[in-house]
Amino acid sequence: MGAEKLIKDFEAIVGSGGVLSSESDRHAYSYDSAVLDPALPAFVVKPNNTEQLGPITKLCNQHGLPLTVRGAGTNLSGGTIPHPGGIVVLTNGLNKIIEINEEDLYAVVEPGVVTAQFAAEVAKRGLFYPPDPGSQAVSTLGGNVAENAGGLRGLKYGVTKDYVMGMDFFDVNGDLIKSGSRTVKCVTGYNLAGLMVASEGTLGVFSNIIFKLVPPPKAQKAMMAVFDNIDKASETVAAIIANHIVPCTLELLDHVTIKYVEAFTKAGLPTEAQAILLIEVDGHPAEVADDAQKIVDICNKIGATSVKAAETAEEREALWFARRNALPALARARPTTVLEDATVPRSQIPAMIRGLNKIADKYKLSIGTFGHAGDGNLHPTILCDNRDKQEFHRVEEAVNEIFDVALSLKGTLSGEHGIGMAKSKWMIKETNQATLDYSLRMKKAIDPKGILNPGKIIEAS
Amino acid sequence: MSDVKKLAEKLMALDDQMVACMKCGMCQAVCPVFAETMQEADVTRGKIALLEKLAHEMIKDADQVNEKLNRCLLCGSCEANCPSGVKIMDIFIKARVIVTEYKGLSATKKLIFKGLLTRPKLFNLLTDVSAKFQGPFASVADKSAGTASCAMLNPLLGERHFMPLTKKPFRKDYPSLDSPRGISGLKVAFFPGCVVDKMFPHVGHAAIKVLEHHGVGIFLPKGQACCGIPTLASGDQDSFIVLMKQNIKAFEDGNFDYLVTPCATCTATIKETWIKMIEDEDPIFIEKVSDLADKTMDITQFLIDVVGISVPAKSKEGGKVVTYHDPCHLAKSLGVTAQPRALLKKNDKYEFKEMNEANRCCGCGGSFNLYHYDLSKSIGERKADNVRAVGAEVVTTSCPACMMQLGDMLSQSGGGIEVQHVLEIYADSIEK
Ligand SMILES: Cc1cc2nc3c(=O)[nH]c(=O)nc-3n(C[C@H](O)[C@H](O)[C@H](O)COP(=O)(O)OP(=O)(O)OC[C@H]3O[C@@H](n4cnc5c(N)ncnc54)[C@H](O)[C@@H]3O)c2cc1C
Ligand code: SF4
Ligand code: SF4
Ligand code: SF4
Repeated sequence: MGAEKLIKDFEAIVGSGGVLSSESDRHAYSYDSAVLDPALPAFVVKPNNTEQLGPITKLCNQHGLPLTVRGAGTNLSGGTIPHPGGIVVLTNGLNKIIEINEEDLYAVVEPGVVTAQFAAEVAKRGLFYPPDPGSQAVSTLGGNVAENAGGLRGLKYGVTKDYVMGMDFFDVNGDLIKSGSRTVKCVTGYNLAGLMVASEGTLGVFSNIIFKLVPPPKAQKAMMAVFDNIDKASETVAAIIANHIVPCTLELLDHVTIKYVEAFTKAGLPTEAQAILLIEVDGHPAEVADDAQKIVDICNKIGATSVKAAETAEEREALWFARRNALPALARARPTTVLEDATVPRSQIPAMIRGLNKIADKYKLSIGTFGHAGDGNLHPTILCDNRDKQEFHRVEEAVNEIFDVALSLKGTLSGEHGIGMAKSKWMIKETNQATLDYSLRMKKAIDPKGILNPGKIIEAS
Repeated sequence: MSDVKKLAEKLMALDDQMVACMKCGMCQAVCPVFAETMQEADVTRGKIALLEKLAHEMIKDADQVNEKLNRCLLCGSCEANCPSGVKIMDIFIKARVIVTEYKGLSATKKLIFKGLLTRPKLFNLLTDVSAKFQGPFASVADKSAGTASCAMLNPLLGERHFMPLTKKPFRKDYPSLDSPRGISGLKVAFFPGCVVDKMFPHVGHAAIKVLEHHGVGIFLPKGQACCGIPTLASGDQDSFIVLMKQNIKAFEDGNFDYLVTPCATCTATIKETWIKMIEDEDPIFIEKVSDLADKTMDITQFLIDVVGISVPAKSKEGGKVVTYHDPCHLAKSLGVTAQPRALLKKNDKYEFKEMNEANRCCGCGGSFNLYHYDLSKSIGERKADNVRAVGAEVVTTSCPACMMQLGDMLSQSGGGIEVQHVLEIYADSIEK
């Protein structure tokens, strides 16, 4: 069928302004935040309400047309790079918060609600939605669920999946599938909402999502511990956990990262330090004071050159502002920023960091490492220029080796950024053929024509 | 070689700056145009991607890219928040120049820029004549904001509530000035800018009153021209340089410590933009431009930081409620935010209240307002809502272009709120 007829069919669903098909619009939806080659969609469809997602999906399926859902397009694994000639469905207009229930501690939202705006609305009602990916100012909740996004508070509060209580989504026939409920407990059938978590748009198109909310902590205290040696910093992380203290946040920034973050944020970070840990404890005031003291003692014992607690809200905010900007600030150093997501059991952090330093030396690359040390989720960030073919080849080799090291330490390919197109070909290394076959059979049964975000996760090309 | 190929080659000169964009998408959080349309081609990341693809000859339709490129206020919100430090304004302005060279300037713009703006005498004459004739046709729309609407001009101005041209421009009262240093021991050159001259002469008068009150000598030469930003934003670098040269010449012989302006946009243009556009000029001229840039300062910043006016920590309670809108060119480009607020607190008759999103762009963006009025209006309405929500009776700012936009938005949404320049409120607190 000709593209024009198809466009008409989609316009019949979303109205004439809802289909973008000019050359420039197609190019504007050919990429996301991953360092990968762009691909052009045939056109872009923008529904005005969640009901329209059903007919859109159905129409795609009828024509065997690949469909890629796009929230804010901030994922780092190529999850929203469309299949060439397929269509992109935009959810950022589906941004209504349908309900915030203060009695039963849940909220119902459309998939395009921006994470930080949701968290702010929830906070206004005296409640708390903890997942806070670094991209929260723009990322959408649908995208967060599809990537199972984590954030700075993952250590104590968990990640997006820990807050998904239920979800409505559309299958390829355009039928609405319901899973989960507004109750804390629910075992009505398979955990289909759970299946959608981290599915990266390959199993269904999310409509409304039910999120769990929690009461906010009564007190919090943030600290910065400075180290002249990165091993000491990693040992401190392991020691804090071994002492059964669970900070809500425990972040590590290495020397390279500190330098760039400070240049951008002027937050007052010690640029000569080899590593810093940013630690926050929260909860009941007495518990917070107690935990904070224990942490200070542990830091000093292992050999921090200084430990400083934020005394005011501004000081605390400055520390977290610095951390949130770690990745983008590193991006100032060189044209291209390859951000990896290797994650290891936290006791293995010192070994992982040593491995990363060796890789940086071996391939003559500059690697800044920061990340959620508390949950073993490190973000080694390779600073390079992908226009330099030779250098970029070394980057690719280095990335291979980073995964090898992570897996050898019983770690994983991705802690939170997803597999997408970027890591699809390494799936077999972490799992096995049977796992891939199982997943492919499931995918085939749910999506026989393979229209839902093809080429991602399990379909290494 | 085809024209598009040449265009692509020229754009490649921006490639080094453009690759710095890591496509993180964080600009989506702050771009006022994106907030209205939520379309990727309207946010910084999308525009940079399109320019890159045009440069790499992956896109054929240069007109489309040009159209998207122009859907931008050049407000600089994205650049101020871009964690990767991409020089977004440089990229966008240079790209506009390159695309305009390729496409040519529209006939209207040619007439206005080359025929009018670069000939200040003719420009002045024409605006004076228009000021005389607009009277009978325009009717007062809102007294507080000082706007008018005009059925005859609807085809050009739409439903805008515009600020009428003044019958007596600023330069009629002050054709030139060269007063000695007073008690402050300081002397400034004064650059009122076109909008103050032709629409808000009272802002110029307030500036003179304040400077004289503080014993600051004033150098106001004849022959000043527009700062040039409207021409550059439309990609007309030639006219921009002509205007810059006229101004450099006008101020050349003055003996002053600072050049001050009551217009955020003029300040940012003279201080930051002039120097960036003259790589090919001769070194002596470059030095003159750079000297003047070093001396250029927003007038509220000059009063607080240099003259050293002391301000109370809080404004007096119970007065007329006044709020402040941060012009993008002052807050985002130059980082001046505290000084205008400080001056407002000096006037006992007013109580200063901070509005929500004070530093969000008002949506004017110069000619953006002409070509994308609907977008400009919806951005401006959010600003008007914020002004009303804080209960302001007066909204102030330090950019006459913002004053025009605020006047239009407030007057269309019911009126009753005065629009003033910060200097007017401060001048009002000074006894004669
Ligand atoms: C500066 C920066 C910081 C970041 N920090 C973090 C971090 O701290 N933690 C973290 O986990 N990630 C982080 N990320 C990655 C990214 O922001 C997250 O993966 C985020 O969840 C993506 O949300 P999005 O709305 O942009 O989704 P998109 O990128 O638009 O989409 C992501 C995936 O979700 C699918 N999808 C989106 N909506 C739907 C829907 N309604 N139905 C079905 N599928 C859908 C898409 O098809 C795609 O596969 C960061 C990214 C950047 C650029
Ligand atoms: S914030 Fe800066 S680096 Fe990020 S996408 Fe926008 S322009 Fe590019
Ligand atoms: S300058 Fe303003 S309008 Fe233009 S892209 Fe940046 S934020 Fe958007
Ligand atoms: S008039 Fe002022 S606020 Fe409005 S666009 Fe210009 S600088 Fe921004």
